[in-house]
Amino acid sequence: MMSAEKKVFEGFKARELPKEDLFTQGHRACQGCGGALALRLITKAIGRRVIIANATGCMEIISSAFPQTAWEVPWIHVAFENAAAVAAGVESGLKAMMRKGKLKEEKIFVLAVAGDGGTADIGLQALSGALERGHDFVYVCIDNEAYMNTGIQRSSSTPYGARTTTSPAGKKSIGQMTWKKNVPAIAIAHDIPYVATICPTYYLDLMNKVKKAIETPGPAYLHCLSACPTGWRCAPNLTIEVGRLAVETGVFPLYEVINGRYKINYPHRRLKPVRQYLELQGRFRHLTDEYIEIIQERVSKEMAKLRALEKFGSFYESVLTNF
Amino acid sequence: MVKMNALISWKKLNLGTAITEPGSARKFLTGDWRTQRPVLDKEACIRCGRCWIYCPEGAYTEDEEGYFRCDLNYCKGCGICAQECPEGAISMVLEEEA
Repeated sequence: MMSAEKKVFEGFKARELPKEDLFTQGHRACQGCGGALALRLITKAIGRRVIIANATGCMEIISSAFPQTAWEVPWIHVAFENAAAVAAGVESGLKAMMRKGKLKEEKIFVLAVAGDGGTADIGLQALSGALERGHDFVYVCIDNEAYMNTGIQRSSSTPYGARTTTSPAGKKSIGQMTWKKNVPAIAIAHDIPYVATICPTYYLDLMNKVKKAIETPGPAYLHCLSACPTGWRCAPNLTIEVGRLAVETGVFPLYEVINGRYKINYPHRRLKPVRQYLELQGRFRHLTDEYIEIIQERVSKEMAKLRALEKFGSFYESVLTNF
Repeated sequence: MVKMNALISWKKLNLGTAITEPGSARKFLTGDWRTQRPVLDKEACIRCGRCWIYCPEGAYTEDEEGYFRCDLNYCKGCGICAQECPEGAISMVLEEEA
């Protein structure tokens, strides 16, 4: 089993991607759903040898309308807060059954899927527990930045200034009053071997990171930005473009943390102004220049922090080895 | 639409309503959701495959010549393929009045 630190990684190539869809047509997602695309790509990257525990949310609802399922792999719907707990149980159960000889010894990946509500809010305790216990599984948060399934209520992952039904914008409020909760940072603080952010627009990056995550022994956490035309109030054909701008403006940088070492994948160049990202979405339409500037400053600061963590990581190590 | 008896006996259901047929959602043809459909200009197409990669439905498949064709049984008409095509080979056309 290769470790996540292996530099020469035989990555997926655009011309040789797996053709088979393990997340099938016929799912009930909205047109242009970023989360559905993310799951389609993620299951392509993992293959069939996986058991998925999926918390309540958009992705669970649209893929399992009784009596049909859009899943071609073993999948269980779990309670809203439970994805990490059930995935941990599946992983332990597999280990125990193989040890007792009740199951053939072979590699079966375990994946926990939950939304931002089921991760950053109600799912945080279960996630923390599973990461701390060190189970060999992958947790992916499909983040559409609100409780979209129940009609666009805010979560702690809703970005500053976004309008939702429970963070409405008007004379008394600019929308969401708090900054987006940094859940990858929480995962990193648990000292797990692999944490990464992904976005379906950058599909090769996404699939390679999913592959790295499943091949890493121990817990891995992936945070996926999932553009939601319905909730973000953007045109359904702009899902990919919105994801691109989120990355290129630094609002959602793509990076990996491998055994504590930061590596930024995108963006590398000078950041595009956040205005270009915000103006595509109706949920930000009420923002004045003053608030756009506040967002711009904070985004630039967070990017600078991330870049320092990347540089500082290697400097810190060189200091350690030389003293 | 899914054909189901209005009154299905609980005795006929699997324990936990477990579904044992993978990918049975394929029986649900979401193509009637759309109001516009993608039309390919084969001359302009460079067969890069982005339309196939970026379709949230997985509606595109590769044909023998390497062109990617959209299965209109599933296409919801979101327009991502037309938006992302680097050559502008796909255009979205309004479905005719029923």
